[in-house]
Amino acid sequence: MSMRIKRRSAAYYRAMRRVRQFALGCLTALLLFYVLFPYYWAIVSSTKQGAELYNSVLLPALDFRHYKELFRDANFATSILNSLCVAIATTALSLGLGTLAAYALGRLNFPERRSLLLTVLMISIFPQVVVLSGMFELIRWFGLYNRVWSLVFAYLIFTLPFTTWVLTSFIREFPRELEEAAIMDGCSHWRILTSILLPLMGPALVSTGLLAFILAWNEFLFALTFTLTEGSRTVPVAIGLLAGNSRYEYPFGPIMAASVTVTLPLIVLVLFFQRKIVAGLTAGAVKG
Amino acid sequence: MASVALRSVSKSFGHVPVITDVNLEIADGELVVFVGPSGCGKSTLLRLIAGLVPVGAGDIVIDGEVVTDIPASKRGIAFVFQSYALYPHMTIARNIGFALETLGLSRQEIDAKVAEVAATLKIDHLLARRPRELSGGQRQRVAIGRALVRQPEVFLFDEPLSNLDSDLRMEMRMEIAKLHANLAATMIYVTHDQVEAMTLADRIVVLNRGRIEQIGTPQQLYHAPQNRFVAGFIGSPRMNFMAVSANASSSDCHMQGPGSLSFDVSLSAPGVPAEIGIRPEALSIATQGQGKVTGTLERLEDLGHEHLAYIRIAPDVAWSVRLSNSLGKNALGTSIGLDWRFEDLFLFDKNGHRLDHSLSHERSAVANGVRA
Repeated sequence: MSMRIKRRSAAYYRAMRRVRQFALGCLTALLLFYVLFPYYWAIVSSTKQGAELYNSVLLPALDFRHYKELFRDANFATSILNSLCVAIATTALSLGLGTLAAYALGRLNFPERRSLLLTVLMISIFPQVVVLSGMFELIRWFGLYNRVWSLVFAYLIFTLPFTTWVLTSFIREFPRELEEAAIMDGCSHWRILTSILLPLMGPALVSTGLLAFILAWNEFLFALTFTLTEGSRTVPVAIGLLAGNSRYEYPFGPIMAASVTVTLPLIVLVLFFQRKIVAGLTAGAVKG
Repeated sequence: MASVALRSVSKSFGHVPVITDVNLEIADGELVVFVGPSGCGKSTLLRLIAGLVPVGAGDIVIDGEVVTDIPASKRGIAFVFQSYALYPHMTIARNIGFALETLGLSRQEIDAKVAEVAATLKIDHLLARRPRELSGGQRQRVAIGRALVRQPEVFLFDEPLSNLDSDLRMEMRMEIAKLHANLAATMIYVTHDQVEAMTLADRIVVLNRGRIEQIGTPQQLYHAPQNRFVAGFIGSPRMNFMAVSANASSSDCHMQGPGSLSFDVSLSAPGVPAEIGIRPEALSIATQGQGKVTGTLERLEDLGHEHLAYIRIAPDVAWSVRLSNSLGKNALGTSIGLDWRFEDLFLFDKNGHRLDHSLSHERSAVANGVRA
């Protein structure tokens, strides 16, 4: 009747399972090391002074002089504030505009929908360097050069396409009947969006918003090009342009201290929102 | 309460016609069921009436008024969705009252109406919960409550029971029948379930490929289907069909077919039968060597209250027979003769239209329940 299948002893399979678990553990450790080491190295370096830096000791020296100096530096505080403004404004604008665009692209039927979606995708294909000089001209025309808001304007060019794309696919997968029910209940498009869709889009909004925030927070090339004076710099530029006490000293320690400092808010944000990202709010919407 | 009429309604998605020239009059207080195979356009037709899908051509009339261009929420219609479509982030109370909220009613008015509807549907203890905390049956009640609260003139149901298990389905079927009796509201109900269609409907509309095949009471559809499609669609197990060759001379017609089928019938109107049809419950086992057709017993199914026998008449023709007693396992593989009464025989021409034969006047008597 049944085919003859070769079978080994139970002990063999038990041993195999242990080996597999051990191998998986090793791989995980290796991966974690690869991912975390640069960050750990930055922390270690940030607490070392002068010549110690050239000592490749893996233990932190626990000397927080660089951090104290950093917080006494008014320019650094300004650049953190600038970064916060730019990142928050970029996130808010791209989520707001992205949601509206996504609803139109995902739900309303109009003939140009497909080509519009493709255009949005095309925009996000271009590398930053390609649009850099053109963007520079635009910013000059609008009189935004060396202003913090020029960066919001520039960042939307890469945050808006991806928020629109992600939210469009989210809205497309939304149960159609839920929307029809809202139509029967007398809702306008605006009310469907605000009362039905938005409350249920929490997880999608949080995850795309977080990505937009991180992109805007870490962006370097545009920030370097479109700002000139210290007062309008964002954090990545401020760090990149940190100068030592003399032209022969490379301020490695302060740079590391600053880098660690500006990464912390991102980590806090991600940890805070991670539960929201996972939460499946649409559960129970249909069927059961 | 209101009547509903469809006047030459057509709809196509792109180049694909979904609904073609549908005309239908639904009286005030009637419960009409749309049935048809999947993709026949029954759900689309319901959405056209609701106004969720714009009409391509023709008019939709509710209570004597053309509503073709009136938005869905202003047609005085309530829609119960297959998936219930409850808002997952709102409480049950808010789900039911949401339409009233949109209308701009005061909090007290909404609360009062929601409480009243919840009480009639026995879901008043669930009002503070959210949809995901409810069972399928409870969600179904909430969905109906959401329709009730608006006091619509017409209720539209889109396969409302298809997500429930069979016990619950029966219970909710009764519930809907009771609702219809109490409210005397016009209801249009889409289903693919024969039992729901036969038990709930005042009239059934059979749809196929976007066209109406037949409109009639459940009894008319069962006893006097107009064509082969309706005959095959209504009834479970479905009607047995077999292609025959007919030799017509005036009204008398001699027919031959597989399984040594051979008999004469007189047609009441001109036409050439191409196919015969007999329902499984109209067939009986003939005594040895007798019967109008013979075949081999291939399979027996014991359903407890009845038995089904499958008899192969030709390589591509197998008929099912509904029996009250088992034929016994020993009968498998033996040759069996089948018999039927002439009034139970349906004849179809090559286009699938049913042809009346001389005894068919007796069928109307059968339809009225006067079985000899």
